[in-house]
Amino acid sequence: MSSQADQQKQTSNALQPGATAPNFTLRTTPDKSVSLDQFRGNPVILLFYPADFSPVCGDEVSLYNEILPEFQRLNAEVIGISVDGIWCHLAFSKHKNLRFPLLSDFEPKGNVAQQYGVYRKNDGVSERALFLVDKDGVIRYSYVSPIRVNPGADGILKALESLPQSTEQKEDTST
Amino acid sequence: MMELELTLPVNSSRDHVLGPQKAPITLLEYGDYECPYCRQANLIVGNVVQQLGDKMRFAFRNFPLTQIHPHAQHAAEAAECAGAQNKFWEMHDILYENQQALEDENLLEYAEILELNMSRFQKDFYNHTFAGLIREDFLSGVRSGVNGTPTFYINRMRYNDSWDQETLTRTLIDIINENL
Repeated sequence: MSSQADQQKQTSNALQPGATAPNFTLRTTPDKSVSLDQFRGNPVILLFYPADFSPVCGDEVSLYNEILPEFQRLNAEVIGISVDGIWCHLAFSKHKNLRFPLLSDFEPKGNVAQQYGVYRKNDGVSERALFLVDKDGVIRYSYVSPIRVNPGADGILKALESLPQSTEQKEDTST
Repeated sequence: MMELELTLPVNSSRDHVLGPQKAPITLLEYGDYECPYCRQANLIVGNVVQQLGDKMRFAFRNFPLTQIHPHAQHAAEAAECAGAQNKFWEMHDILYENQQALEDENLLEYAEILELNMSRFQKDFYNHTFAGLIREDFLSGVRSGVNGTPTFYINRMRYNDSWDQETLTRTLIDIINENL
């Protein structure tokens, strides 16, 4: 499985660590939008996944939902992104009792996934990809999983823990 | 990225372990009492343990997905409360056999069936005495690459193959033979 993952990684065009994370503004509910830059100052985990209600995704979002307190302890926010529309996201979010927002990369379809290099043109959905964006908006971790494999959270947690603590940074800038 | 190794080794002082300490192989499961696949896996593991006898140890850690399985956390706590009275595995099996009935009142009923000391059980259960241990189980799984339930580890390495009885048994026997 890991060799498959490596292969996937090598052929992927995903933005790599060190790149500036492209800003975006996407709808999360009919009357609410979320922009990446509104999280500036804290790390953000971007969880791109192919589609709401597909079995593997269900596991992946459920897992991240469950680990959320751990991410929050490290001051990180989690954002899910797929090409599904907001109504679908709302139903999925309710179904899974999600406590983090799902963003709709719906119009133009897959535009944000394309900017991050994780859009599957032939399938019309995004890759199953993870990015860790640091407090300054720079990508610090990037991973594309085989589309049917739930990537788990061990890699992103490790990456998150190796970032300088954002709370200390915030205190530094305020003094 | 695919960190496949168990970060917290199985340790009989913190874990529930069946089988001899010196068994050549340890099978560890991360499971959720409300997960239908785990219920299936519990039957399979039971058969595998019976078949391999003293050649293996089996350990179980909690990985409750509480946002999709609203009864999973309390069920896990009930198993741990029973464990404090040396009846972990008995409760473990009752929970899987009665997966459709995991309300708190059911859990207390199971404790009574197992003839546990009820005042002690209730005290541990309502004080959430073992919630911290369950969270520790869960986080050890997250850090070891558990991505859903059930997830198995054989001697510290994540098992990625199918866990149907035949494949799991054959894999374990092969590893035992390699280590002879």
